[in-house]
Order: sequence, then structure tokens, then C-alpha cells
Amino acid sequence: MRIRPAMAQDQRNVVALDGRVTSIPKPDYWASMFNQFVGQDGQHFLIAETNGGSGDGLGFAGFIIGEVRAWEFGSLPCGWILTILVAPEFQGKRVGEMLFRAISAQLKKDGVETIRTMVAREDNLNMSFFRAQGMMAGPFIELEMPVDFGREEE
Amino acid sequence: MKLQKATKFALFAVLELARDTSRQLSATDIADLYGISTHHLAKVLRDLGRAGLVDSVRGVGGGYRFSANARRTTLMDVICVFEDISSDQRQDGDVGEKTDIGHALQMVLGEIDGIAKATLSAITIDTLLKTMRWHQDQ
Repeated sequence: MRIRPAMAQDQRNVVALDGRVTSIPKPDYWASMFNQFVGQDGQHFLIAETNGGSGDGLGFAGFIIGEVRAWEFGSLPCGWILTILVAPEFQGKRVGEMLFRAISAQLKKDGVETIRTMVAREDNLNMSFFRAQGMMAGPFIELEMPVDFGREEE
Repeated sequence: MKLQKATKFALFAVLELARDTSRQLSATDIADLYGISTHHLAKVLRDLGRAGLVDSVRGVGGGYRFSANARRTTLMDVICVFEDISSDQRQDGDVGEKTDIGHALQMVLGEIDGIAKATLSAITIDTLLKTMRWHQDQ
């Protein structure tokens, strides 16, 4: 297994893997992510593939995306993991851990001391994964509401 | 969230035994380490044995050892042997339950419980021990 920066030609495999795992194909979203993250300073898009390569899609094991964000909600510069996805046939083989360690090393080189992510409360698989990497609840709490909340009282 | 005494004793015992799976400890050994009742802990260890989380080894030098998979067993798995915190704990007879304020208050408490349950279900024995060692090294 090797970890390398993503290239434009990986887009097809990323779209296919995401569509297979989430059942919601999002080619436009991934085209935008490739524009934003591939080959850009401070943006990290890493691919895991078997040593034979992933040109045919068969050796394409997964990917991770992250970046440094600063001063949102008063936060010091901090590494953010935006997405991690491992193909089901490669899960349980420490691919996610390799991707996470590789991007952590890159974010550390960028100068951050903390790495942050967000995970759905019901997503036990990813929550367990991130906890096993050493992540814990941070100083921020995510809040949300229906956009029309309270409108009837206006 | 407040755990019952037996649940806390079980977490102490499981984590203590899992930190070195080749080691056998008696109920007295563990009780002395944590300053808790040997009698109560012995009962907890029997329940953990029935749940397949620890093995008892009889005879001289015998004791208990961790027998589950530390990478698969979560804190919630241990807790669930002793109490059910996975379901909604509200009871119809709860004071003020059917009032609007009682309902709104319950929503907030449910939100806190939801986060606690998700957290306990995501932390394996292996993860907790690894986190503990990392903090000790710092």
C-alpha cells in the first residue's frame, strides 16, 4: 500500500468510490474539490492505492482530504480533516490509519498543533476510527436548527 | 450521566485487566488498587465472566484475566452488562413529564445523553488505554 498526492486522473476513481459507498453520485462536487485541493499549497488530497497502482480502479483503496483553517469562530490555525473514505474491500487493513497519519504529518509541516474534524453522532464506524487515532471532543460544539425556526412568532 | 457503582467497578476491572492481558489479578488485587469493596467487585467480576469479558483461572495463583477483543469491545459494551443506558430512560410517571416545560427540558437532557451514548459506543478498551498512555507520556 502506498500513499501519494491525488492527481487529476484520480477523479474518476474518487467519484466511483464515493458513489459506491454513499449511493449518491456527486461528480460536480468532486470536480470542484479537485480544483480546490489538488496541487494547491496548504491543501492536502491524498490517495491510498496498492503498489500495483489504481489505474484500473481495482487497486484504489481510499482517500483523505484536509486543509489548514484559521480564525473561524476565533480558532487558532488548525488542521481540518474534511473527508476520509476507504473502499469496503480495504477496510480493516489499516488503510484509514495510514491515510490519517500521512495527512497529519503534512498538516504538522504546515505548522498546526491540532487536527479537527466533524462526524455524525450515529456514525459509529467513523467516530470509533477517529477516537482510535487519538481524537477527543474539542472545545467547539456544532449547533444547527431548521432555517424557519421561530418564524411564526415574528 | 451518572453510572452505577457496579458499572464503575466493572470499568476499573476490565481496563486494569486489559492493560496487560497476560496478567492475572484477583478481586482483592483490583479492589486494593482502586480502594473499593472486594466483596462487591467479586460479584461484578462474576457478571463480567458470564458476559465473556473476563476469564477466571482457579487454583493457586489464579485470578481473572481479560478475555475479550480490546479493539472491538467498547466502554458501552461493558456498561450494558450492568445497566441499560442505550434506551430512553423517561418514564410516564416522571414528575412534570407531560407539561410543555417538562418536555422542553427533557429534549435538552436527551441531547446530552445522546452525545454521551455516542461517545461511549465509539471508545474501545484499546483506544482508551492508548489515550491514557499517550497522556502519561506527555
